[in-house]
Amino acid sequence: MNKNIQIIREESLRLLGHTALQIKEKILSREIQATELVGKLFEWIKDIEPNVQAFITVNEKEALEKASEVDKKIANRQKVGLLAGIPIAVKDNICTKNLTTTCASKILQNFIPPYDAFVVKRLKEEDAIIIGKTNLDEFAMGSSTENSGYKITRNPWNHECVPGGSSGGSAAAVAADFSFLALGSDTGGSVRQPAALCGVVGTKPTYGRVSRYGLIAFGSSLDQIGTFTKDVKDAALLLQVIAGNDLRDSTSAQVPVPDYLHGIDSGVKGLRIGIPKEYFAGGLNTEVSKAVKDALKLYEKLGATVVDISLPHTEYAVAVYYIVANAEASSNLARYDGVKYGYRTGESRGIIDMYCRTRSEGFGNEVKRRIMLGNYALSSGYYDAYYLKASKVRNLIKNDFDFAFGRVDCIICPTSPVPAFKIGERANNPLEMYLSDIYTIPANLAGIPGISIPCGFSETGLPIGMQILAKHFEEKKILQIAYAFERETDFHLKKPPLKSSSV
Amino acid sequence: MEYEVVIGLETHAELATIAKLFCGCSTKFGAEPNTHVCPICLGMPGVLPVMNKKAFEYALKAAVALDCEINRFTNFDRKSYYYPDLPKNYQISQNYYNLGIDGHMDMFVNGSIKMVRIHNVHLEEEAGKLIHPEEPGANYSLVDFNRAGVPLLEIVSYPDMRTVDEVESYMQTVRKILLYTEVSDCKMQEGSLRFEASISLRKKGTDKLGNRVEIKNLNSMKSVIKAIEYEAMRQSELLDRGETIDRETRLWDEVGEKSQRMRSKEESQDYRYFPEPDLLPVLIDEKWLSEVKNSIPELPLARKQRFIEAFKLSDYDASILTEEKVLADFFEECVKILDRPKAFSNWIINDLLREVKDRKLDISNLPIKPGQLAALVEIIEKGTISSTIAKEVFSEMIQTGKEPQKIVEEKGMAQISDEGLIESVIDKVIAVNPSVIEDYKKGKKNALAFLVGQVMKETKGKANPKIVNELLIQKVGS
Ligand SMILES: [Zn+2]
Repeated sequence: MNKNIQIIREESLRLLGHTALQIKEKILSREIQATELVGKLFEWIKDIEPNVQAFITVNEKEALEKASEVDKKIANRQKVGLLAGIPIAVKDNICTKNLTTTCASKILQNFIPPYDAFVVKRLKEEDAIIIGKTNLDEFAMGSSTENSGYKITRNPWNHECVPGGSSGGSAAAVAADFSFLALGSDTGGSVRQPAALCGVVGTKPTYGRVSRYGLIAFGSSLDQIGTFTKDVKDAALLLQVIAGNDLRDSTSAQVPVPDYLHGIDSGVKGLRIGIPKEYFAGGLNTEVSKAVKDALKLYEKLGATVVDISLPHTEYAVAVYYIVANAEASSNLARYDGVKYGYRTGESRGIIDMYCRTRSEGFGNEVKRRIMLGNYALSSGYYDAYYLKASKVRNLIKNDFDFAFGRVDCIICPTSPVPAFKIGERANNPLEMYLSDIYTIPANLAGIPGISIPCGFSETGLPIGMQILAKHFEEKKILQIAYAFERETDFHLKKPPLKSSSV
Repeated sequence: MEYEVVIGLETHAELATIAKLFCGCSTKFGAEPNTHVCPICLGMPGVLPVMNKKAFEYALKAAVALDCEINRFTNFDRKSYYYPDLPKNYQISQNYYNLGIDGHMDMFVNGSIKMVRIHNVHLEEEAGKLIHPEEPGANYSLVDFNRAGVPLLEIVSYPDMRTVDEVESYMQTVRKILLYTEVSDCKMQEGSLRFEASISLRKKGTDKLGNRVEIKNLNSMKSVIKAIEYEAMRQSELLDRGETIDRETRLWDEVGEKSQRMRSKEESQDYRYFPEPDLLPVLIDEKWLSEVKNSIPELPLARKQRFIEAFKLSDYDASILTEEKVLADFFEECVKILDRPKAFSNWIINDLLREVKDRKLDISNLPIKPGQLAALVEIIEKGTISSTIAKEVFSEMIQTGKEPQKIVEEKGMAQISDEGLIESVIDKVIAVNPSVIEDYKKGKKNALAFLVGQVMKETKGKANPKIVNELLIQKVGS
């Protein structure tokens, strides 16, 4: 590599390696202009992205326009938003007005929403800079981002490995310093699992904490928009912006939003941490297990008490999830029929033929598999045995958590049973793939918040994540607990060994 | 063989809200295609429904008016089927917890009251409309989503009807109740009120229900009746030949006056109902329910009975007056101002309704006010104008909306009661009609009527006929 390029890269990395809060300070103090930052960012993306493939769409022109708008505001001493000048990437299943939103599906290949999702509207109001739309498993169905209709995203820590999924593009973008912040969606672990596999912080708020308006639905009773950040304080910052009631989402909660950064350093003295025995049973990788157990020792050192608990219905969670999520998905995806927008087949004989061809050609295999499973579970004669029964067991799983939170303040467990696996390794075994979310799914079924933070590395240098769960609307507590660990450790500061595409 | 025809009806009524059920789009009828649409009612990716509270209340009101048991916990379900006019390919409807169940409705059939049980009343969203191009050989259709998402009430009856008279009365009674409760404008020509019938036959005297045939595409009450008559005939012919009736859905052909199979039971759709996760369940508390109950006006049948008893009206008059709520309200307003129910009933039924028909007036927006009709009746009673003149005044009122007194003054229509003036006219008439006077004196009694007519003619109808009569008798002797 040319020596000059090497220096520029190191310079860029130093700048882009900052956290959102750090970069915001530099922008506000006019140490750096937002336009300059965004320019450097896109240079970096152009260099590295070919090896990572995090984005489906980059939004360079609009990003630069927005950056110069922010620079002007700051120069004129106008009031600026909470995310002034901070670049952010948005998962491509969150609608952005006038910017293609594909859900990584061929069926929406040219879909340009005429509206912003609630969260996107909030980002714009707070002067964030949307730099692009990130890759995902088609319609967020998957745990590896291999099911995208467009490209396979690679784990920045090891390009032969998956970044996790379904928000793999967003996780990789933050891990590779393509973006300071990113939004994802979490239906069964799609924020927390890729965060763990990419060594970043992933937060899934309580169901109802963040409006789902404009999030392309997968499993409506499970979907929740979440955040990817480089550290816990950034998670607090971004959640502050997107949380809150929205009249356009009937399931969005009318619960006041606290100041998440205030008192984030209050520590864990006296805190009771529950360790569910079901989450440390067979199938758990020993390196992951050890990293989480080490973390628990640190918490004890910091003044917390660790308590063994049981979540007895855990073994049913994956089954319940795949019935409920797929049933809802089969209905949510019925609208993609070639009539109104998105992909339509070329030639067809009549409406039924048009539907069949459009959907056969537009959807990928995993999506088709789930639509069929979901329709089956809702069919007359099977509804009671599958959907209704699953809904009942879902309540038992919720009760498990309610009971546990009567005894402990939070639950800590691994985020994923294994570190990042190889691309293709699980692609042909859906059942094994579904088990990737075994520790994250229960929180979606119960609607409770969770966070995944870096807590170690495997021998091969892959990140390991630890999950913290708490009661509904206790995001603030989760952030405090996560921060207590983060400030004592440096796992979150490590950077992946990225290769330039020009070499 | 003699058969009993067993009939049930499904009623769909668009609710008269300003906005659609789950978005803010207008429900106004007749706009350019796809102008009353937004991402929500077009079912675009990522959008969510938000319940229109008014629409829910209207549905609740209708359910209460139909004497339903109200489910205090109701929620919405997705009903899945593919059709291009259904943007999401599922309809948000109710299946597991209908808003109202087990209601009933009393109706008048051939002079006696008959009760029909209501199976359920629920709220759902309307679909859009397919437009098929007229050019021959066109291989496409267009969709207009203006109606998509308009709130739709569905009322499902039990199969309690046996004759077309009962069906006719059921449709009229349902329509009146929806109009009285002001939840729907019930305009069949705009599709805001529609019916579907299900018909089965069984041998007279047996209990077991036969196989049911559903009939769709009934665009008027007339076609409902025709379709039922046709279907009863078709089924009885099949049964007479010893054949069986298939459970199926048939489409009524308005022009050909016959029905055709649309799909058999085997082909019937599996709607895969499940609870709509994007909407919260609705809990109806005692306070809300009693507010809705209190907002329900007296219903047509009860009002008619009261009109007969309180105002001593005939059954016929009371029926006509209570046909439309606005008309019954108009009548009662008049009576409140002036206690002459019989006079108002006559004016409304004979004159007002004729004007409404002739001039194609909108009954809910009449050009005259109850106070004006009351004033007219009052000046007739006072003798200011004769009843003949009154008809002219009334017609003028309808055209101009002016007060009756003002019309009488402006046109000099006031009755002449000045005896001196009338006397001088009488003298003139007597003077030019000596032969008639002769006839009268000879005992020809109708000669007097001729003389009265002459006096009235001379005064352009304004002379008080009573005074004319009295004075003439005095003059010519009896
Ligand atoms: Zn709309």
